[in-house]
Amino acid sequence: MAENKTIRLSIKRQENPESSPYWEDFEVPYRENMNVISALMEIQRNPVNAKGDKTTPVTWDMSCLEEVCGACSMVINGTARQSCTALIDQYEQPIKLEPMSTFPIVKDLQIDRSFMFDSLKRVQAWVPIDGTYDLGPGPRMPEKKRQTAYELSKCMTCGVCLEVCPNVNDRSKFIGAAPISQVRLFNLHPTGSMNKHERLEALMGVGGVSECGMAQNCVKACPQGIPLTTSIAAMQRETTFHAFKSFFGSDHQVD
Amino acid sequence: MSKQDSSFLIRRIHSLLGVIPLGVFLVQHLVVNHFATRGEEAFNQAAGFMGNLPFVIFLEIFVIYIPILFHGIYGIYIAFTAQYRYGFPNTYRNINFVLQRVTGVLSFIFIAIHVYQTRVQVFMGVDLDFDLVADIVENPWWLVFYIVGILATVYHFANGLWTFMITWGITQSDKSQRIMGYVSLIVFVIVSVIGIQAILAFI
Repeated sequence: MAENKTIRLSIKRQENPESSPYWEDFEVPYRENMNVISALMEIQRNPVNAKGDKTTPVTWDMSCLEEVCGACSMVINGTARQSCTALIDQYEQPIKLEPMSTFPIVKDLQIDRSFMFDSLKRVQAWVPIDGTYDLGPGPRMPEKKRQTAYELSKCMTCGVCLEVCPNVNDRSKFIGAAPISQVRLFNLHPTGSMNKHERLEALMGVGGVSECGMAQNCVKACPQGIPLTTSIAAMQRETTFHAFKSFFGSDHQVD
Repeated sequence: MSKQDSSFLIRRIHSLLGVIPLGVFLVQHLVVNHFATRGEEAFNQAAGFMGNLPFVIFLEIFVIYIPILFHGIYGIYIAFTAQYRYGFPNTYRNINFVLQRVTGVLSFIFIAIHVYQTRVQVFMGVDLDFDLVADIVENPWWLVFYIVGILATVYHFANGLWTFMITWGITQSDKSQRIMGYVSLIVFVIVSVIGIQAILAFI
């Protein structure tokens, strides 16, 4: 049935961070249940473009192949998402693959998401438990809180929410939805909340929560369905309170 | 000492000024202008009352000029730091995001021209009365410009109420944001009707 069936791909390529991008077309043999990654692997095996010329294999990033690591995000037919769960059968051909434009391009479809990881460091997106002695078990977490935190913990720093955000770009320093939502996650945690003021202050810095423009594309685009706009609004409230407490309060280091 | 950055404070002030005093002034201004629908005499009396308030110049400076310059100039900076490329151009919120910035710039231009045509003229000695506005909107192009300007400003105010509620962290849940969306739509319709009726009364 599908002996001669092929998949047509149009890929935006770039040799290195400095060079200019160009489009290259590919045709790869069709197999059932293929995803974008397996089509890219086919090109890697046989790096020949649609014109029959030998070319360099296309570079991309991937790891888990089950939409939990966030590494393989790219723009497929105009929509930013993970390429591992993008099934060939669901796309109109030629399938256009582009790197996410918000991030610096390393090569071809491979991008550098350091901006996000730096933001996570800036907002201290972790629970500090390291010390010189055993701190014992932390406080228990209410079940309701745990359920909310679980949803937020699904964030895989894939970068899709930054890609669709009109306020994340070269002219602005806005950190985007993901790190803001992570502040909510770690401030919900009973042990993490012990230094919540440090995270809130980071969110009140340049590129922080107040630079959100409320286009709300992030929540629509998030592959994990994280309630990002609620997280942002919650952090808007927390930073508002924190600002008032810091200025008018008697001792802003405690609740 | 908190390590707050000025951009947080500036954005919060920007958001606050948009509603208090600017939003309040906008509604008040359109309501007073609505006296024009009751005739020339009624408008002249109302405008005369507003124009002759004690300390009027200080009221104008602190309630209108400083807030509007701050809100307008910083707002233009915000509008031009956004990148309107692809994404979800057809979602309701994304359209509102773009419109908020477009109408913001439009309102700023409109208000600058409007202030020149009215307040500056009064300052230079022209009488503040019905004819001042009537002479402007006699020209159909100016009338269209005024209607577009009023609609843009009122839209910017109504949608700004929605963003204000999020900026200060009042509406967090999807549901509350959605309901606030309806509220801001109703505000837009009502204030627009008042504004349009008022300007049409000058013809």
